[in-house]
Amino acid sequence: MNVMADEKRQKFRARAAKGIAATLVLIVCLYLTLPLVALVLRVTPELLMTYLPNETVQKALWLSLLTSGIATVTVIAIGTPAAYFHSRTAYPGKTLVDTFIDLPLVLPPAVAGFSLLLLFGRTGLLGTYLHIIGIDVAFTTLAVVMAQIFVSSPFYLRQAKALFEQLDPAYEETARTLGSSSFRTFISIILPLTASGLISGAIMTFARALGEFGATIMFAGNLPGVTQTMPLAIYAAMQGNFDVAIAISVLLVAISLAIMLAVRLLTRNRKYDV
Amino acid sequence: MFNCNVRKQLRDFTLDVSFQVGRGEILVLMGDNGAGKTTVLRMTAGLLTPTSGTIRIGDRILFDNAAHIDVPVENRQTGYVFQNSAVFPHMTVRDNVSFGLRARRLDPETIAARTADWLERLTIDDLADVRAGQLSGGQKQRVALARAMVTEPSLLMLDEPFTALDAKNQAAVREWIRLCVHEHDIPCLLVTHAVGDAEAVGDRLCVLEQGRIVREENFSGTHG
Repeated sequence: MNVMADEKRQKFRARAAKGIAATLVLIVCLYLTLPLVALVLRVTPELLMTYLPNETVQKALWLSLLTSGIATVTVIAIGTPAAYFHSRTAYPGKTLVDTFIDLPLVLPPAVAGFSLLLLFGRTGLLGTYLHIIGIDVAFTTLAVVMAQIFVSSPFYLRQAKALFEQLDPAYEETARTLGSSSFRTFISIILPLTASGLISGAIMTFARALGEFGATIMFAGNLPGVTQTMPLAIYAAMQGNFDVAIAISVLLVAISLAIMLAVRLLTRNRKYDV
Repeated sequence: MFNCNVRKQLRDFTLDVSFQVGRGEILVLMGDNGAGKTTVLRMTAGLLTPTSGTIRIGDRILFDNAAHIDVPVENRQTGYVFQNSAVFPHMTVRDNVSFGLRARRLDPETIAARTADWLERLTIDDLADVRAGQLSGGQKQRVALARAMVTEPSLLMLDEPFTALDAKNQAAVREWIRLCVHEHDIPCLLVTHAVGDAEAVGDRLCVLEQGRIVREENFSGTHG
């Protein structure tokens, strides 16, 4: 009798544990998806047809794509060689540099934007001198790009750093002994072997730049057509026409889903055992 | 003739070796892990800089501390086969083998002819269009050997080339190495842990301990 009772108790416990685990997973999923469901439920084809061609929406969309694109290209152009040098060289202060790279991830975006303003604003640390020679950065489209670079760069730099650190140095050393210059080795060996990881890092950087709000509004303001990106346009629309906010939000969700899909596809294919 | 007379301060000891390898001769470097074997190869290839000394192949000085000569790695014309063979996995076997020739900007006809020749010699011509990442350990090692030899190096260096291979492939790769070195009459430095490999492929042996050559031995007469 006792043995049977024990078995029953064990089965019940196992079932209960599974039940609790499933409930927790369900809670996580609901918490993450219900807000989006609430958004999608408010959308009608008529709403999209009416408001997507809206001038504010169009301006915000193109400005967002342009600034995020420029920010991503800048991060790739400067970040790729920098991350390579960083991961392949031992130098004093390397750990400190690692901390600096991670800094924007933990720094509240509003603080990042405010700090950029204190540096580049008209009376800022550098801005004072830039103003003298006729360059004003704050509250311009350039400020949008700079804010986006600041908050999104860790997504690319961390990924690039990890990829270069994991890559067996024997590949580049072999290439060098075969007569290849360091530049040619970088282009023909190192970049192709890390390409899929670098591209997914770049896509995440673009996604982060596209969604950037706090630093942008502090450093660049919210001027339609000049600094009003999509997240800022949502914020502005919420105070006036709610339907415009819904249309832009749906557009951003669609772009984010496309980005997620692209990353998934890229990380699944073209992986080398390096 | 390859002359190596170098010193390098390592973390735990000073590496201090002096040896010569004749043309067509295979010198085996043996010793425990961290004895300095791979460091010797890396200094010769130009991947590490000795603290002092000279490295010469024939009349060509690759490194001379006193004369401030330190030929860059890409201009040393040495063939280096790494332990894991390091074939470029994103390239085909053909592109792997021709890599060094393309890096040296030879004309396309010469590149095609010399690549085809080495693919055939190491019997990997049927794999020419296969991506190198898909090859077996033995095939990769043959690609690495062909890739090094096609550039007509004046010295061949092999770091533990048999580690990742099964017995059958080990015998084959040993044979290829002897063939390459003797046919092209170049000095060869081979690092290995295994006494069997050393005896089977080497002409002479140097045993390293804490950065110094503690024993030298001739294998002459062992091979046919």
